[in-house]
Amino acid sequence: MTNLIVSDVTLTFGGLHALSNVDITIEPGLITSIIGPNGAGKTSILNCISGFYHPTRGKIHYGERNLTHASPHQVSNMGIARAFQNLELFRGLSVLDNLLLARHQNLKYSIFHAIIYFGKASRLEAENRSYVEKVIDFMELEPYRREMVGNLSYGVQKRVEVARALTLAPQLLLLDEPMAGMNIEEKEDIVRFILDLKKEWGITIVLVEHDLGVVMDISDQIYVLDFGELIGSGKPEEVAANPKVIDAYIGEE
Amino acid sequence: MPISEKSDFHMQDRDHLIQHSIPQLLRWRVDATGDKVALREKDLGCWNCYTWNHYYEFVRKAGLGLKKLGFGKDDKIAIISDNIPETLYMAIGAQAVGGVSAAIYQTSLPNEIGDILEYLNVSIVFCNDQEQVDKVAEVRAQIPFVKRVIYEDPRGMRGYQADEWFMFIEDLYRLGEELHRHDPELFDGLVDQGHPDDVCHYCLTSGTTGLPKGAMLTHRNYINMGLQLTEVDPLEDTDEYVSFLPFAWIGEQMNSFGVAMATGISINFPESVETSMDDLKEIGPHFMFGAPRIYETIRSQIWLKIDESYWLNRFVYRYFMKIGEEAAGYRMSGKPMPGKLKFLAWLGKQIIFRPLVNQIGFLRLRRAYTGGAALGPELFTFYQAIGVNLKQIYGQTEIVGIAYMHRDGDVRPDTVGKPLPGTECRISEEGEILSRSASVTPGYYNLPEKTAELLEGGWLHSGDAGYIDENGHLVVIDRISDVMHTKDGSMFSPMFLENRLKFSPYIKEAVIFGDKQEFVTALINVDPIVVGKWAEDRGISFSTYMELSNQPEVAELINKAVRQINENAEKPHFKIRRFAILYKLLDMDDGELTKTGKIRRKFVREKYNDLYEALYDADVTEKKVEAFYQYQDGQTTTVDTTIHFYTMEENK
Repeated sequence: MTNLIVSDVTLTFGGLHALSNVDITIEPGLITSIIGPNGAGKTSILNCISGFYHPTRGKIHYGERNLTHASPHQVSNMGIARAFQNLELFRGLSVLDNLLLARHQNLKYSIFHAIIYFGKASRLEAENRSYVEKVIDFMELEPYRREMVGNLSYGVQKRVEVARALTLAPQLLLLDEPMAGMNIEEKEDIVRFILDLKKEWGITIVLVEHDLGVVMDISDQIYVLDFGELIGSGKPEEVAANPKVIDAYIGEE
Repeated sequence: MPISEKSDFHMQDRDHLIQHSIPQLLRWRVDATGDKVALREKDLGCWNCYTWNHYYEFVRKAGLGLKKLGFGKDDKIAIISDNIPETLYMAIGAQAVGGVSAAIYQTSLPNEIGDILEYLNVSIVFCNDQEQVDKVAEVRAQIPFVKRVIYEDPRGMRGYQADEWFMFIEDLYRLGEELHRHDPELFDGLVDQGHPDDVCHYCLTSGTTGLPKGAMLTHRNYINMGLQLTEVDPLEDTDEYVSFLPFAWIGEQMNSFGVAMATGISINFPESVETSMDDLKEIGPHFMFGAPRIYETIRSQIWLKIDESYWLNRFVYRYFMKIGEEAAGYRMSGKPMPGKLKFLAWLGKQIIFRPLVNQIGFLRLRRAYTGGAALGPELFTFYQAIGVNLKQIYGQTEIVGIAYMHRDGDVRPDTVGKPLPGTECRISEEGEILSRSASVTPGYYNLPEKTAELLEGGWLHSGDAGYIDENGHLVVIDRISDVMHTKDGSMFSPMFLENRLKFSPYIKEAVIFGDKQEFVTALINVDPIVVGKWAEDRGISFSTYMELSNQPEVAELINKAVRQINENAEKPHFKIRRFAILYKLLDMDDGELTKTGKIRRKFVREKYNDLYEALYDADVTEKKVEAFYQYQDGQTTTVDTTIHFYTMEENK
C-alpha cells in the first residue's frame, strides 16, 4: 500500500495563488476529505494530483513514483482515477458503452484482431465486459445498462460518473463533489457506495465535498483549505474544534 | 412406491404426483429430466442456467447444512429475500429435512419482522442482503430463539463476520457438503420421510390490522393447485415463467412450488426488482400471473409510446384497435366471428399487434392471469384485442391462490370464472363465498379460534360477498366486512366504486367514504405518469406531484371522469357527490396501503380526518393543510399546501 504525498505545492496563475505551500498526505485504505469554502483550491489540488495542472512549485509523489509532471493518462495508469464534479460522460452513449469505453486503455489488440474479432480481441472484450458488469452490479446500475446517459436523472448520472472512474480498477479514487445537487436519499446511497468501496474493495478515497455532515460522518482524515492555504487538518472531531476552521466557514462578526 | 422410473413421466398419469412431497417431486424431476434447465438467474448481465440436477444438489447442500446446525423436524426457517434461486434452495432444503419455511415481505419493518419471527417461533432466518440482515439484527434482543441468520450477498457484511450468529450461505453449503460426504444416504432418507400431508410452508396473510396470520399449507395443497390449474390450462415442461412477484405472496409460491413441481416449467429470476420488466422481455414467458397494477402499468406505457410515435403508427394502431376490440368481444364470449372481421383481425395482428406484443415480451405468452383485486373491463378488452389472453383468477392464500378461473373463450370481465376441477363452491345464507378442495389449508398456525372460524362446517370461508350468475360464473362483490351503508341504510361497496374510479387512466388510487353519511365522497390520487404527460402536452407546468395535483386543469380533467362515472352509476346512492385531489400518493411506507397495495381504510380515514370533514361540509371549497413527509432516514418535513374540494352538480 502506498501513500500519496503532496509536499509544499504552490500553484499560481499569473499573480493569482490558487495553492500556496500545501502539504497533504493521503494514507492508503482511508477516506481523506478536502474541504473549504468556494474558491479555496479544493479542485485545484485534485487537478494537480490527476495531472491536469502541474504545480508551480513543490512535488507530488505516489509511493516511489513522482507524478509532479505526469500527464493525466500516466496518472490513471498508476491506478489513480477521478470522478468529475461536472459529469464528463458521453451523453449520447448508453451507460454500458460509457463504461466500456473508459477501459479502452486495457484493450491492447491490433486493428487486424479487431477486424476479424477473434482470439485476443474477443477475449479481451469479454474480460472488459465482465469487469464492467462487476462495476454495474456494485453501483446498482442494472436498470440503466442500456439507457442513454443523457436521459438519466442527475443522481443516476453522478453514479455513472463514479462507475466510470471505477472501471479503471483504481487503487486511489478522487471524488469531486459526488453529492452536489442530490436529495437526501441519493446522498445516502452514494455514502453507502463510498463506504463499501473502502471496505469491500479496499480503495483509498479522496473526497472533495460541501456537505459537512457527510464529511464529518465518514472521513478518517480531513484537510481544510482557505484561499489556497491549508488552515487545519486532522480527525473530524479535531477539525470541528479548530477555531481557524470555524472562522473560515462561519466568518467573524 | 418407486417413482424414479422415467416411464412415469407422462401427462396422463400425473395423478400420482399428488402422493409426494415437494422435495420428493424435485428428486423425481431430477430422475426424469435431470439435465433440463429448471432455474435461470440473470447475474452480471448474463443468464446463468441451473438444471434440475443442480437444483437438487443445492437443495441438498442447504438442507443438510441446516441439519448440521441442528435444524430438523418441525423447525421453522423464515425467508426475507428478493427472488433468487437461493430462496427456493433454502425453503425446499428446510422442507426436505422436515422443517417448515415461511416468507416475510422484504418491505417489512424491523419490529414487524420481530413480531412475525416471535409468532412463528423461527429458529433460522435467511436474508439475501445487508438491508434485510440489518433489520433482523435490530430486533435481536426480541428473538433469542433465532439461532442463525444466513445471508446470500456478502456485500457490506464485514461488520458482522466476527459474530457467529451470522453465516454466509457458502459456509452453510460447506457444512451440508461435509455431512453428505460423511453419510451419502442421509439426505435421500430424510426426503423419503416426508409425507404429502405435512405442513411445508406458512404463508402470511396480509393483515389489514394487527399481526398477519400464518396459513399452514401442506405439500398436497400446493401440488394439487398446480395440477388442477394445468388441467384447465396445460403447460409443457419447456415453458418459461418469470419470477417477479414477492415470494412472500401466495401468487409467487403457487407457481414456484405448485405449478413448477407439477409441470416442470423453468423459473427465471430477474437481475433485480427494478429490471424485472426488461428481463421479462428477454425471456418471453409462456404464462404469467400478476396483480392488476402490472397490467395497468404496461397498458399506460403502450399508450404513451403510441402517442409519441409518428402519425402512420398512430393511425394504424387506432384503426386496428377498433377491429381488435370488436374481435375480442367474439373471442371472449366464444362466439364465431364473421369472416371479414376475422380477416381484418388477422391482418391487424400481423401488421401491428404482433410487433407490439413482442416489444413488451408477451409474444410467446399463452395466458396471462390477473388476481388479487379487480381489473377494469376495458383492460380485458384491451389485452384481448392486442392478442394477449388475459384472464381473471380468484382465490385466497388459504386455498393456494387460485380456485376460480376464466376458461379460454369464456372471459367475462365482471366475473372471476368457474371453479377449478375438484373445487366445490357454495354461497352461504349471508352471501359469503365458501369453497372446498384438496388445496384448502388445515388452518392458521397457533390460532385455533381463527382456524375454527375459517373452516367452519368443513368449508373455507372467504370473507367475500358474492354470487353465482346464470352462466355458472362466480361474481365477487367485496369483503363482507367492507360493505358500507349510507345514512338511509342503502348498501354500497367502497372498493367497487374505487375500482370504477381507477378504471380511468388518469386516476391512480382513490378512497371512497360515505359510511353512515348522506352521500358518497372520494379522495383521489392522479396518475403521475399519465396525467404528467397530459399536462406536459398542454404546456401546464409543474415540478412536483403536489403541484401537478393542484392544477385547476387537472381538477377539471378528474371532474369530467367523475361525472362520467356518476352517469353510469347503477344506483343513485353510488354517485360521488364531492371529491378532493390528494397532494401525495398513498404509500406503503406511510402505512396507507397494505403490502399487497390495498387501502388501509381506517388508517387513511384517521390520517386525513381534516379532509374527510371538509368533504362532508358543503361550504368548504378549499382548505389549507400541512403536508407531512417522512424520508427513509426518519427525517421529516412539512409543506403548506391548499386542497380544493369539488362538488358534483346533480344530474337530472
